[in-house]
Amino acid sequence: MKEKLIQKSLFLIATSAISILVLITFFIFKEGSPLFLKKGFFSVVFGSDWSPIEGHFGVWPFIVGSIWVTVGALVLGVPLALACSIFLVEFAPKKLRLWVKPAIELLAGIPSVVYGFIGVVILVPLIRVYFGGTGFSVLASSVVLAIMILPTIIGISMDSLSAVPPSYREGSLALGATPWQTVYRVVLPAARSGVLASVILGMGRAIGETMAVIMVAGNAVRIPGALTDSVRTLTSNIALEMGYAIGDHRMALFATGIILFGFIMVLNISANLLTRKK
Amino acid sequence: MSKLEVKNLNMHYGDFHVLQSVNMPIAQHEITAMIGPSGCGKSTLLRCFNRMNDLIESAKIQGEILLDEKNILVKETNLIKLRKKVGMVFQRPNPFPLSIYENVSYGPKIHGEGKKRVLLEIVQKALEDVLLWDELKDRLKDSALSLSLEQQQRLTIARLLAVQPEVLLMDEPCSALDPISTQRVEELMFQLKEKYTIVIVTHNMQQAARVSDRTGYMLLGRLVEFDETQKIFTNPKHKETEDYVTGRFG
Ligand SMILES: Nc1ncnc2c1ncn2[C@@H]1O[C@H](COP(=O)(O)OP(=O)(O)OP(=O)(O)O)[C@@H](O)[C@H]1O
Ligand SMILES: [Mg+2]
Repeated sequence: MKEKLIQKSLFLIATSAISILVLITFFIFKEGSPLFLKKGFFSVVFGSDWSPIEGHFGVWPFIVGSIWVTVGALVLGVPLALACSIFLVEFAPKKLRLWVKPAIELLAGIPSVVYGFIGVVILVPLIRVYFGGTGFSVLASSVVLAIMILPTIIGISMDSLSAVPPSYREGSLALGATPWQTVYRVVLPAARSGVLASVILGMGRAIGETMAVIMVAGNAVRIPGALTDSVRTLTSNIALEMGYAIGDHRMALFATGIILFGFIMVLNISANLLTRKK
Repeated sequence: MSKLEVKNLNMHYGDFHVLQSVNMPIAQHEITAMIGPSGCGKSTLLRCFNRMNDLIESAKIQGEILLDEKNILVKETNLIKLRKKVGMVFQRPNPFPLSIYENVSYGPKIHGEGKKRVLLEIVQKALEDVLLWDELKDRLKDSALSLSLEQQQRLTIARLLAVQPEVLLMDEPCSALDPISTQRVEELMFQLKEKYTIVIVTHNMQQAARVSDRTGYMLLGRLVEFDETQKIFTNPKHKETEDYVTGRFG
């Protein structure tokens, strides 16, 4: 009797949690998709003119902006994160690993506004001085994001490297391989799917990040032509304009949300597929 | 002349005296078997021969192990060359999660062989030596993990032969195999002994009696007795050895 009750209530809680998510998704699509019907899917996605007052809602500059900033973050962040996790798992003394891993995980908990603030105070002036422009730029956003995705990538790839059976390493070393050859030729291929998944999740984090990017990106509505140019991402666009958007404009912001939703879905699904394949 | 000679070898894991004054010769082109109850230090001794114990932080080794009359326990030993010469087969088959071809060509590749044609020859030769070539020649690209356990163990032996070692260390190479596979791997060892020096650790006394030329009996870190296999099993000098080989202990 009591069992039944607990079961029933757990079921209720679970379904309500899920249905809230479903409702939100549904809401976003309901509010945003009419724009695609009204203006045409292609003219919204590939239109590069965003002037809400005149009724032009091309989000292409923001899509490009998001991609630029994310690719930049990956180019800077992934090598660093992988080097760090390989070092910590394969070469560092155990004691160091036990200290550093939680410390890195702690980094993931720092609010993004703090990263943005550090970016504004330190990074932006540096870029202004050394690379020109205002400093609020693709580069600044990429660097900030690269740092922000480090904990995600390091955490997951460390886990998947540690999960590689020690017998592979022993087998390789016993054949006369150096530790580095062992890592490069046996351990990394064995941990490949986990490492890839960590990169994809990091990518999702980079695309979705809003606050820190708004603070350092400059947010001009145009397609950036250089690393030092100002840039506005999909998320930034929603956050910056939602306060005063009404009518079609509001609808367009929801449409931006749908596009973002698409990106994140694709990334998460591929991360899931990759980890499951193992 | 002995291929390997263990001289007054002592080893500790932290404070634990795991090998106590071990002395023994290992003759070339013979199979030397190490037997003894669980935890007596057989694997530890075996892992001294290719310095795999270096990976364990708490391990401290004193004494000498001569390989072709040269002490391998000195600091200056080139571990890469040593392990190329003295190869190891593990208890659980541990093929890499790569293709069959990549597994066997792994050794030659890391030791600098780059030519495709040469590698393929080496792979074929090694697989022929372990009698896998005919079975596997059409599926070299398949994952090594798709093989049966016996095939996997043969593959790890082939992977080892491909680097042309001189000594083969085998730590309970048959314990994960069924009796028929075991018999076939034993036959393989017989053939390999023509060219290699083999040291095998085994829990299976019949196996030691069947395959080896000499046997060492270990107990609690000491080498109690070391002699020709026949003598160990029919006429041991020590009471402890007799108790063990007749099954009254262990
Ligand atoms: N890394 C280690 N650190 C500390 N002690 C260890 C370590 N490895 C093994 N030992 C201990 O050393 C002793 C000998 O271990 P070893 O593995 O050599 O025994 P073995 O004779 O091979 O046993 P088995 O027949 O079970 O394989 C055991 O008591 C074991 O608990
Ligand atoms: Mg053992």
